[in-house]
Amino acid sequence: MAFFESVGRNTIGGLAYVGGLARLSGRAAYFTLVGPFRGKPVRLSRAFHQAMAVGIEALPILSTITFFVGLILALQGAYELRKFGALQYVAGGVAVSMSRELGPLMTAIVVIGRSGSAFAAEIGTMKVTEELDALTTMALNPVQFLVTPKFLAMILMLPCLATWADFMGVMGGAVFGVTPFFGANLTLAGYIRATVDALLVRDIITGLIKSVMFGGVITAVGCYEGFETGGGAEAVGRSTTSAVVMSIFLVIIVDLVFTTLFYLQGR
Amino acid sequence: MSGPTQDSAISVRDLRVRYGDREILHGISFDVPRGETLVILGGSGSGKSTLLRTLVGLQPASSGEVWIRGGDISKMSEEELDETRKKIGMSFQGGALFGSMTVGENVCLPLREHTHLEESTIQIIMRLKLEQVGLAGFESYMPSQLSGGMKKRAAVARALAMDPEILFFDEPSAGLDPIIAAGIDNLILKLKKAFRMTIIVVTHELASAFLIADSMLLINKGEIIAQGTNQEMQASTHPRVRQFLDRIAEPEVSDEMNYLQMLTGEAPPRVL
Repeated sequence: MAFFESVGRNTIGGLAYVGGLARLSGRAAYFTLVGPFRGKPVRLSRAFHQAMAVGIEALPILSTITFFVGLILALQGAYELRKFGALQYVAGGVAVSMSRELGPLMTAIVVIGRSGSAFAAEIGTMKVTEELDALTTMALNPVQFLVTPKFLAMILMLPCLATWADFMGVMGGAVFGVTPFFGANLTLAGYIRATVDALLVRDIITGLIKSVMFGGVITAVGCYEGFETGGGAEAVGRSTTSAVVMSIFLVIIVDLVFTTLFYLQGR
Repeated sequence: MSGPTQDSAISVRDLRVRYGDREILHGISFDVPRGETLVILGGSGSGKSTLLRTLVGLQPASSGEVWIRGGDISKMSEEELDETRKKIGMSFQGGALFGSMTVGENVCLPLREHTHLEESTIQIIMRLKLEQVGLAGFESYMPSQLSGGMKKRAAVARALAMDPEILFFDEPSAGLDPIIAAGIDNLILKLKKAFRMTIIVVTHELASAFLIADSMLLINKGEIIAQGTNQEMQASTHPRVRQFLDRIAEPEVSDEMNYLQMLTGEAPPRVL
């Protein structure tokens, strides 16, 4: 009996969590899309600052990581393709897996670590120090003031970052292709041409759609965890941790759903 | 027709507040005349902070009426509530200054968000407000660079930014040394004299309460057990009021059996 009870309780808890995320996202969407027509302007300058923090400042680490991921993909692909003497297909393999999957996913992971956790910590600290209450008593809605600029920044920046990640991944793969030591014997121009031949616009679009969804999920979880912070510094640490864990989990779930949809649709 | 009493800045009628199924405030009623200072006294856990949160619209009332400036905030939509909030100021216990902005930006924030004033005008108002609380020249400091007393003054300056009609203070002297705390008391007195502002102060500092109050009310376990002018409070013979004002500790429970039970965590042996 206890087992079913705990299954039931966890299910309800999970549904309540997703409900909370949906409500927060809905209110942020209201303040982004409807608010400006009701005399509640979107804070574009705050969104711009967020976009800098979320996007531009993530570029060095994201570039490094996705460059290496591209190289790793090429090496792993070549391990199998070598058996068929088909090393020239490495370029296509890297390009398709980066743009359809690993570009958006690695971007999401980096952004979760840098920004999702920061959102939870920022809002959680503001809750503990009564700054959220102060916003409310100053007739400033915390969702409108804090969450909306983050949503805007994330939904705009993640596709940009993912595109850049795709490019850096291809560059990583190209290192494999042109290094004589690895034995693929391609020129840079040849590698790029093979990449362009293999890539379909659809591959890039599906990746971009995913990254927009990831941006929404990461913002919702980070901000929600911040608002749900209890009392004290310890609680801020806890909500930061669960923001990261929950974001990774939900990003993978969303990834699975969309990958399945794209697979069925492209059949 | 506005509130129950025409001349009141605040009128509270039979206010009840519940967290879940636990009732914190059990039917509270009082009036604050315009331009007067009310001190809400009460021990820890008495419900005085909940009362303050309800008055500024942070905690919804479960039942009853809360009339502020002629409108019942317990029946208002969030938009109407925001209009009322623009006319009140709140100074939080720890200041609650936004850590990512300078002191000056903190004070400017409500002006930038709610008014269409020129930036140069906003800057002038900001300097004026900081000067009023004795922090002239500190506008470019970050909140983390200020001492506890200065943070509270800066928070008051921010609360004053929109020229509020009612000012709320949560534990203004908590965590401050007596000299700094006296400075905050003087600041409250100055605001009261200079602007004829209605001021509500929640505190348990008796000396400060008697200095700044026109009237007081004492809350105990979610009910008002005494209210009146300073003299009336001093003259009260209510045992709980006397205990609070004369600072008498709760009698210690010296039941040996209970003590034993507390130590061992076991049920006491039954005495037949």
